[in-house]
Amino acid sequence: MKKTFRIGGVHPHDNKISAEAATEIFPAVETAYVSMAQHLGAPATPIVAAGDKVKVGQVIAEPSGFISGYVHSPVSGTVKSVAPRGDIAGNMVMHVEITVEGDEWMEDIDRSDTVVADIPYSPEEIIEKVKKAGVVGLGGASFPTHVKLAPPKDKKAECLILNGTECEPYLTSDDRIMRERPREILIGGAIMMKALGVTRGYVGIEENKPKAIASMTEAAREFPQIEVVTLKKRYPQGGEKQLIDAVIRRQVPSGALPIDTGAVVQNVGTSLAVYEAVQKNKPLIDNVITVTGGCMPVQHNYKVRIGTPMSKIIEVAGGLPEKAAKVISGGPMMGRAIANLDAATVKANGAILVLSEDETRRRKESACIRCSKCASACPMGLEPWLLNKLSRAGGMYDELEKERVFDCIECGCCSFTCPAGIPLLDMIRISKAEVMKILRSRPKK
Amino acid sequence: MNKLLVSPSPHTHSPESTRTIMRDVLIALAPAMLVSVLASGWSALMLILVGVAACVLTEFLIQKYLIKGPVTVCDLSAAVTGCLLALNLPGNSPWWLIVVGSVVAIGVAKMTFGGLGQNIFNPALVGRVFLLVSFPVLMTTWDDAGAMFGIVDAFSGATPLGAVKEGLKNGMTLTELTADNLTLGQQLFFNLGGSAGELSSLALILGFIYLLCRRVIKATIPVTILCTVFVISGIFWLANPERFTNPIFNIFTGGLLLGSIFMATDYVTSPMTTKGQIIFGIGIGLITVFVRYFGSYPEGVSFAILIMNCTVPLLNKYCKPRRFGEVRK
Amino acid sequence: MTGTILFTIACLVALGLLFAVVLYFVAQKFKVEEDPRIGVVESILPGANCGGCGQAGCHAFAENVVKAPGMDGFFCPVGGNPVMAKVAEALGRAVEEKAPMVAVVRCNGSFANRPRTSEYDGYASCKVMATLYPGDTGCKFGCLGKGDCETACKFDAIHVDPATGVASVDEEKCTACGACVKACPKNVIELRAKGFKNRRVYVSCINRDKGAVTRKACSAGCIGCGKCAKTCPFGAITVENNVAYIDFTKCKMCRKCVEVCPTHAIHEVNFPPKPKIEKPNEENV
Repeated sequence: MKKTFRIGGVHPHDNKISAEAATEIFPAVETAYVSMAQHLGAPATPIVAAGDKVKVGQVIAEPSGFISGYVHSPVSGTVKSVAPRGDIAGNMVMHVEITVEGDEWMEDIDRSDTVVADIPYSPEEIIEKVKKAGVVGLGGASFPTHVKLAPPKDKKAECLILNGTECEPYLTSDDRIMRERPREILIGGAIMMKALGVTRGYVGIEENKPKAIASMTEAAREFPQIEVVTLKKRYPQGGEKQLIDAVIRRQVPSGALPIDTGAVVQNVGTSLAVYEAVQKNKPLIDNVITVTGGCMPVQHNYKVRIGTPMSKIIEVAGGLPEKAAKVISGGPMMGRAIANLDAATVKANGAILVLSEDETRRRKESACIRCSKCASACPMGLEPWLLNKLSRAGGMYDELEKERVFDCIECGCCSFTCPAGIPLLDMIRISKAEVMKILRSRPKK
Repeated sequence: MNKLLVSPSPHTHSPESTRTIMRDVLIALAPAMLVSVLASGWSALMLILVGVAACVLTEFLIQKYLIKGPVTVCDLSAAVTGCLLALNLPGNSPWWLIVVGSVVAIGVAKMTFGGLGQNIFNPALVGRVFLLVSFPVLMTTWDDAGAMFGIVDAFSGATPLGAVKEGLKNGMTLTELTADNLTLGQQLFFNLGGSAGELSSLALILGFIYLLCRRVIKATIPVTILCTVFVISGIFWLANPERFTNPIFNIFTGGLLLGSIFMATDYVTSPMTTKGQIIFGIGIGLITVFVRYFGSYPEGVSFAILIMNCTVPLLNKYCKPRRFGEVRK
Repeated sequence: MTGTILFTIACLVALGLLFAVVLYFVAQKFKVEEDPRIGVVESILPGANCGGCGQAGCHAFAENVVKAPGMDGFFCPVGGNPVMAKVAEALGRAVEEKAPMVAVVRCNGSFANRPRTSEYDGYASCKVMATLYPGDTGCKFGCLGKGDCETACKFDAIHVDPATGVASVDEEKCTACGACVKACPKNVIELRAKGFKNRRVYVSCINRDKGAVTRKACSAGCIGCGKCAKTCPFGAITVENNVAYIDFTKCKMCRKCVEVCPTHAIHEVNFPPKPKIEKPNEENV
């Protein structure tokens, strides 16, 4: 029987309409806008100023804390300005604006296609290289990868799980790289296993990507320590906690970190970035972005340099159709709606999804009929209907804490499944933020 | 292109809505309705139509003129109540009976609590029990003179359960009674005598399978109820087969199937978690068997469900789903 | 028959007496001594339990004000000066009169002034919207118009005007309890002195963006040009972070700033219609 996680989950229509579109190299842009907040944690500090010449792969910003990261120039040219600019939501974030001139790369980057399988580096060297290359988790959370590869001293990693589930509907960028570059992904996995000091590795792929499973299984023959695991199609299988449960049958206790189960989860895209960083000295300066949507005439998977404006990508992909009502960065379940199309891509952008009015317009809210579909769908075993009620009552923070609102992973299953169209997740999210604030202010035991 | 929409995630929604769920329940009830029309003729059809119309109209009038709030009759929940109520009455009941029942069901049991989702008791059952205690004669005699298409012969008299109860009271033993009782086949296809919706177990089971396939309900509640009834009545039957009816008879007669499939699984008045649903089902099964064996009514499902409806808030409070990462004790 | 009735009555009377005695002694034993002045003060207070005074409710206010040595730090915004005077009288203390306050919405971003650039489709709550993005217009600071203040107000005094999409205060009903100020995630609402004859002058904008950005987003936003600050003869206006602010304790309501403001971001309310003569009459409060 195919594996899957044990609590909750939903089955949205997967709509992988862009799966057969081979990855295309996105054409060069005139100006790139590189955000300083491309990772979870403190934004990076720019080390270039207007007028400076930069090359592709040159460091343009340094980390400003433990959880932070390096940012490299994705293009070569002249820095035009270092100034705040709107991100996809419209919030002002420091950006380095670079006018593109030619395509001159840093000399130490290996740009050849040869696959380098030997790993001559020590774990410390690997982690240092990953850190210097500014690699972050490409699954969406953009957590700095080097931090995850160096777990705290008292925790022991036992296995590495590569996340190729891509459980969000529409997205196909991971599917494409697994088909096109399976060997590199697995070498990246082997590198991370060496850094972690583990001997067991898994690649979790959902059953709706048979071609990716085939190519990964084929490539995995070379790596006896890595097993390709076919998983049932079920959302949110790609959630870190759900994937660990599905693959090794261990559940992360409430309030604990995934490493407590002995598993470290990394996205397949991250694995590819690690390979390039360690074996090819190439920092994270581009990623594969799916441009898709039922109303888009053609679907694409583009390899895009970071810092390309979304509007430019949409324009090249054929422009926004008349019917387009919402543009989402990411998938339809957890992606963020884009308010500012001029915003530039960041490292963790995996998709630009265009939805039409009838696909995405929210329903009018009606009375809760207590069908308990939300509770059945919640992968964390919470009761969204109750959290919604407590949240609306206002001030019920003790009760919300008792009902473990902080365990919510914001996967959206509850809102997706509610037949009454109640915005359960909207309500849970605001009370979760309040409860987290209270929890953090509480003195530690 | 208009202005872009912006909203928090998720950006998509399952096609299910309150309305589609209620529509599925109506479709699942269709076989039972068909059987009742075949058995009791046009009067049964009229009963269903009057029931639906009365329920919808009551809800509409209350929402529009009494509460002066939004009118939500389009969600079909009132129509489901009307249908269920019609199937809970004898096929040839007078039209005014169901109108009274509908007004009680919607007006008293549903809207006074705040409308859909707020009521403690299943509205259709409140309507039925109200009629049962107010008009006992009309509610317990069956006269199926209007049978259609000659499929069934005209039949009049009490339900199998009623006949058994009456017989036992008069000092007869079950062996004497079962002489003119029904075979299993008859129980499955055509019970003859009973509320409009209780006639054919097969029609109800068809509806059950449809609801399961459409994932409208889960099997937990009906299966627990039926298992409990089977086990408990089995114990009694083995102890004294002359005094107590056998488990198969208990499952296929009376309103047990109709009640456990369509009334006990009502979202609003049943528990939210599997644990709670199992306790709920066991409770209904136990009360049903005890009312049937020891109570003065031949039929106990309605009472059992209504009594267990009271426990739902408590069950919701104390039966929590298993949280992710929780250690199994 | 009669015997039964008499017996029942006798039983009930006996039981009643027994319980009365028990209750009397219990009440004596567990009596809570409470300063009688607390009750007196509480009866003077409006009893809205709005929490606008910073206490948990009217009873808590009464308790704490009685315990406190003076009247400092205690003010009931709902009852205002008359109620506080009464409270002080009941406690035999003196109280300073406070200027009455009113909630002011500092945003001009009506549909006409501030064109919408996107359409918000989530749950109608400013709080939810504010966690998602800065707003459905080019302005990142102004009123979101989803009515969290309306929900928070216990006196039906603030409403989102459907014609403008911006909250507006009914100053007759507003008690300045501050609930809306706390509820607004954008900090658009401010409590300001009600002013002589309810007349007020204030900058109805809090946009901290640079002038050009503000002007692009809203035709009536404060662009931080500083003309008002230069004009003000009383030094009541400061420009900080590209937005002007009028200190209501210093403002003498000469309204010179209103005239010079190029975007009409400064509002004057409840003033009589201006005479045609250019020279404004200076009113001193």
